[in-house]
Amino acid sequence: MAHETDSSSENVIEISGLKYRRGEKLIFDRLNINILRGKVTAIMGPSGTGKTTLLRIMTGQVLPDRGRVMVDGRNIMRLTVAELFELRKEMGFLFQNGALFTDSSVFDNVAFPLREHTSLPQSLIRQVVLMKLQAVGLRGAWNLMPAELSGGMARRVALARAIALDPKIIFYDEPFTGLDPISMGVIVRLIRQLNDSLGLTSIIVSHDVEEVSSVADQSYLISEGKVVAYGTPQELEQNKSAWVRQFMKGLADGPVPFHYPAQELAAQLFGVEQN
Amino acid sequence: MSLLREMYYIILGFLEGFGACWLFLFRILSYTPSALMRPGLVFQQIYSVGAMSLVLIIVAGLFVGMVLGLESYNLLSRFAATSAIGSGIALSLYRELGPVITALLFAGRAGTALTSEIGLMRATEQLAGMEMMAVDPVRRIVVPRFIAGAVSVPLLTVIFCTIGILGGYLLSVMHLGVDDGAFWSQMRVNVDLVEDVIQSTVIKGIVFGGAISLLAVYEGFYAQPTAEGVSNATTRTVVNGALAVLVLDYILTSIFFHGA
Repeated sequence: MAHETDSSSENVIEISGLKYRRGEKLIFDRLNINILRGKVTAIMGPSGTGKTTLLRIMTGQVLPDRGRVMVDGRNIMRLTVAELFELRKEMGFLFQNGALFTDSSVFDNVAFPLREHTSLPQSLIRQVVLMKLQAVGLRGAWNLMPAELSGGMARRVALARAIALDPKIIFYDEPFTGLDPISMGVIVRLIRQLNDSLGLTSIIVSHDVEEVSSVADQSYLISEGKVVAYGTPQELEQNKSAWVRQFMKGLADGPVPFHYPAQELAAQLFGVEQN
Repeated sequence: MSLLREMYYIILGFLEGFGACWLFLFRILSYTPSALMRPGLVFQQIYSVGAMSLVLIIVAGLFVGMVLGLESYNLLSRFAATSAIGSGIALSLYRELGPVITALLFAGRAGTALTSEIGLMRATEQLAGMEMMAVDPVRRIVVPRFIAGAVSVPLLTVIFCTIGILGGYLLSVMHLGVDDGAFWSQMRVNVDLVEDVIQSTVIKGIVFGGAISLLAVYEGFYAQPTAEGVSNATTRTVVNGALAVLVLDYILTSIFFHGA
């Protein structure tokens, strides 16, 4: 299923004809994706499809080989480093592991972007940091060190840091991986809440179908470098494609085979050793 | 043929690394003025890499000075020239041993810490996180550490030499009975402040400190983001840092010697 690019101003990110190769492997082959402004968009796909790479391309951390990536009306591939950094002030990025500064407290982590990019007095920075921590429910943990936080708490602190500068767009890289059910529920609720209350555009990269379906307004399914399905979570649930059904329902076998490509079992077990 | 090809790639790899290191140095130097506008970050690193190396430098300086005192006494007592012990110890320390040993100790103590710290920040995506917050990690992380190294090593070298002379004094005067007045007066006569202390000790210290710090931050910044990658980068810092110090020492000594 091909998704045609609609270049209206409703799109905060427009990716068209994206090609990216890593070594011999073609990661993206003429990929087209539009991210709607003010919505929560999920990008799903099996592990190793290049979802995180796509996120890094959208944020200018990785340059594609070909194609066009427009972020808020600016072609990210043609920006100078200074322009890119200026654009990133309008972006928040939640890394899979949080990427908190391990030698700084929770407070200092959240205060970091404010201290770097604003000349606010300490008293005001303190108030902003405490408000951001309040938004993620961790105001009481302001003086803890990252090593004292659980995985879910660390991700929430990283989220508070990501929204410290009131970004327009926020990227979540596998936000649900490795979390217990309660922490997962908290993160799902926060993504929705922050998106709606702060007027953000949220992009989630994940393969946790259930959680993503509960929070996303629209979802892209990508595989082997292309968009294979697009729609609301309900539309994807009812999709007739065998591949989409296998992915959405988490079936062990189907178009994506259970076995990694190999020679016949009998031939490998009893035949001449090839490697 | 394959040996030649292998040598070709080794030389090419070395030149590539050498060139990349110089480009990294230019990038660091271009950010240095703005980094000096935030002295707090630099002072914090001077404390971390410099002040925290003090105990090691003091203990090493004391024992090197005492060994120098012992060796000098053994040699000079044969010619009844023990009065020259003070100047012998001071010149050895100021001209060669002080800068070189301090730099080697610094590479082992602080250079490795810098590499592993920055390398682990790379491996745990802290540097990528910083870039995503529109903060250049070279400006924020690398430059203050480089400046701190270049400032700390000459200071540590002077402390090393001072403690070394004290160690030599304790052993030769207090323990072996060399004349107190001869020890200091010979030193004052033979040690030149500009040529021996500033030129040899301080300039060598700055150059060695800059070289080790550059290698340490370069290796850390470009380390493979894995446990093995950081470990290899740390090893390279010590090995390349030690070799760089010895080569630079020869070059600087030749320049000073011919200039004298």
